[in-house]
Amino acid sequence: MAATVEAPTTTVAPVPQVVAHKVEKPATGWASWVTTTDHKRIGIMYLVLTFAFFILGGVEALLIRLQLAVPNNDLLTPQTYNELFTMHGTTMIFLFVVPVMAGFGNYFVPLMIGARDMAFPKLNALSFWLLAAGGLVFYGSIFFSPPECGWTCYSPLSDTEYLPSGGVDAWIFLVHLTGLSSLVGAINFYATIANMRAPGMGWGRLPLFVWAILTYAVLLILALPVIAAAVTLLLTDRHFGTNFYDASNGGSPLLWQHLFWFFGHPEVYIMVLPGFGIISEVLPVFARKPIFGYKAIAAATLVIAFLGLLVWAHHMFTTPSPSLVLIFFMMSSFLIAVPTGVKIFNWIATLWRGTIEFTTSLLFAVGFIGTFLIGGITGIFVAVFPIDWQLHDTYFVVAHFHYVLMGGAVFTIFSGLYYWFPKMSGRLLSEPLGKASFWFMLIGFHVTFLVQHSAGMEGMPRRIYEYSDTQDLAILNLISTIGAFILGFGILLTLINVLKSVKHGAVAGPDPWKGNTLEWYTQSPPPVNNFDAVPRIRSVEPMKDIRRQIIAQTGAAEPAYMTAMEAGRLPGDGH
Amino acid sequence: MESGRARTTQGAAVRPAFMNRIRAALETSRLRNLMTSRRLILTLLAVVAGALLLAPVASADLLSPESGGSPNADDIDTLYKFVLAVAFIVFVGVEGVLIYSLVKFKARKGAVPAQIRGNTRLEIGWTVGAAVILVVLATLTFVKLDGIRNPPDSSADGLQLADTSRRLPPSGKSLNICVNGQQYIWRFTYADDCKAGKNLGAVFSYEEMVVPVNTTVTLDINAQDVAHAWWIPKLGGKMDAIPGYTNHTWFKVPGKFGEKPGGTVFFGQCAELCGRNHANMTARVRAVSVEEYQKWLDQRKSDIKSAEEQGAAQRKKLQGGGNTTGPAAAGQNPAEPGDVSDSQAETE
Repeated sequence: MAATVEAPTTTVAPVPQVVAHKVEKPATGWASWVTTTDHKRIGIMYLVLTFAFFILGGVEALLIRLQLAVPNNDLLTPQTYNELFTMHGTTMIFLFVVPVMAGFGNYFVPLMIGARDMAFPKLNALSFWLLAAGGLVFYGSIFFSPPECGWTCYSPLSDTEYLPSGGVDAWIFLVHLTGLSSLVGAINFYATIANMRAPGMGWGRLPLFVWAILTYAVLLILALPVIAAAVTLLLTDRHFGTNFYDASNGGSPLLWQHLFWFFGHPEVYIMVLPGFGIISEVLPVFARKPIFGYKAIAAATLVIAFLGLLVWAHHMFTTPSPSLVLIFFMMSSFLIAVPTGVKIFNWIATLWRGTIEFTTSLLFAVGFIGTFLIGGITGIFVAVFPIDWQLHDTYFVVAHFHYVLMGGAVFTIFSGLYYWFPKMSGRLLSEPLGKASFWFMLIGFHVTFLVQHSAGMEGMPRRIYEYSDTQDLAILNLISTIGAFILGFGILLTLINVLKSVKHGAVAGPDPWKGNTLEWYTQSPPPVNNFDAVPRIRSVEPMKDIRRQIIAQTGAAEPAYMTAMEAGRLPGDGH
Repeated sequence: MESGRARTTQGAAVRPAFMNRIRAALETSRLRNLMTSRRLILTLLAVVAGALLLAPVASADLLSPESGGSPNADDIDTLYKFVLAVAFIVFVGVEGVLIYSLVKFKARKGAVPAQIRGNTRLEIGWTVGAAVILVVLATLTFVKLDGIRNPPDSSADGLQLADTSRRLPPSGKSLNICVNGQQYIWRFTYADDCKAGKNLGAVFSYEEMVVPVNTTVTLDINAQDVAHAWWIPKLGGKMDAIPGYTNHTWFKVPGKFGEKPGGTVFFGQCAELCGRNHANMTARVRAVSVEEYQKWLDQRKSDIKSAEEQGAAQRKKLQGGGNTTGPAAAGQNPAEPGDVSDSQAETE
């Protein structure tokens, strides 16, 4: 560990070093990982596990695209195809995007607020192992019969009458286990953030990523019990003779849709809000400018979360509903565009008149803004319910939510990965490889999904295993499939980058980016106890205060401080 | 902004003066507004020109939903294009500023980042701006809504029908068809009352729905097993078919589509995942002239009747006379719909 603190020695040491921490040698070996309650190790286990699921979900996506590459393809059977898109959607949502945010949150929330661990370390370990169990149960079904009802598992299709196999039950079990995992985690985050902030860190000085994780936790607590109830009713319908969703016995299939989307739409914000938080951390660091409108961004996060609870039926515009209901949900969906727009404007204003350093992390962050904007705009189209009557359940919607979740949330995850990897591993990721990965991913993404808007408007519904060679569907789908492989190659490059750099990357030092928040006020990787002492927090950018303090103490002039900043930039570039 | 770059090159020493000048610039913001508004107008003109250039691409229908078969589909298409125009302006504006700031404010030697933490007036401005755009879009939607949601009367040369109890078009007259989704086929029953057991003698068909042009066709949509969704893109938006519920939509095919014998066929397919062969649950709507429709209806009636008689005779033979299982079961005879529609195709 001592070796890592020597990095940028050009002028003054920019960070007060940790001089003494627990002398005990940190435990090693697999048993120490299984039994750990250290938030950093749990965070890493979250990230490794969720990225493994991301790769699985990605392979499923490529198989889907292969099947759709040409019209009337018979590469996959209809059954396998339905299983694949069910696995893909469920994996990406329940086993990747939601828990990966918990992974980043686990590792960085305590560090960013100057705490030594989460409030309930053992519950924290429980969260992780519940997630692992959920993934195991779900993927166990590939040896029997995976579910084939889509990630939404609409009743009556998901009833035993139509899908008697245990796949749906595995899916229900997954929703319960991952839901429990997220609930326990959410309570833990809430307790940690509410109670364990460093002295002086009032709500107005909370890093925006922590604001986002706090909101994420509250949304999870509000939304998850609903889906837990919904899948329990489905379970009793399937096996214990109840008829909650069975229309022929007085139940209602629409009840499932309402319950599902009352969870399902907040889930979208559960997936993107932490990503927004990552962007709000990354942009100011690499633009070398404070975040523009801190209060507005924090407030927008809360407003989005609140409104996110009031828009669920915009997923149900084509169900039998009175006009008044349709109008209400159109207007509430419109409203949510306002705080989202505010965030985008604030991010761009953060870049405005900064000195932008084009690191891979920043590239992913601005790639996210540009891409997410398109997803937001197409969101307006589908919020206008008469237009949605044409677009609903088509490839337009598939494109829309991939712009929000893949071009949106996943790009923020990659931005966070490149930003925080040095802190977690002590080593920098290769920048040239990272940039190549970014460009392949950005181009591959747009090639894949832009044309899908057109395919949808030409009449291609989602979830069909084959299509006939009418209009432009053949060429549009071929383009999409080619794009998917470019995108996949880009992701592969980052995977290689991580595997290579974790052992051989350039040593990062405690603060390779000249960050603003407290996680950079310790070694990389941080010792078990994180910090020996945390200074009193005076602003939303405590590291700037700390550096200023050092300059005052050492008497270094401002230009020298600037040079130190330059020197600290990307020492590992070109490795 | 051009001069901003020059100033920053003078380094950190001039920062206070620099900040003062920003403040001064903000105070004379009225002047700045004037200048930027001229620039804004130029940008808007460029955007309009761009939109005009894009129009041919849009007319190839890669950029907008299908339409042309029914006024509601056309209205949705128009509404979509309004939204697209607004969206295009927002898109170009925001991406433009984003890319501009990335190029312009790339870290250069000696450049000093401006330490700005916010600007309340600006922030309120763009919040209100975003809200105003959405109010405009909502207003446009309300203007178009009536024409999309509520069916108009049949044209004078359309099929003239007797009054029904349904509330739908202003005249109270429409051709009502019950659309029933089943794994993996659509059944169409030509009846005013779609409740189970209320339309036993009515004409029905599978897969292909035949309708007269110029006539307002209202659909009562439901499902027999799992959820499905009725969608013929050129005839308007989709509506879910959900067991236990009845959903409604309508269309009215313009007269020109019924001019040639055999009419015009509009294709569509089920849009809600309904099981393994969801992709094969297709639907066709054939719009024909009023006379041809009447002929088809009569033919269909006699075909169904003879098929039912054959079925009854067969059943009698099998069961050795006696009890009949009822007409509902007869209607579900799987051999029947295919036979009938094939013979129908040949007669034309």
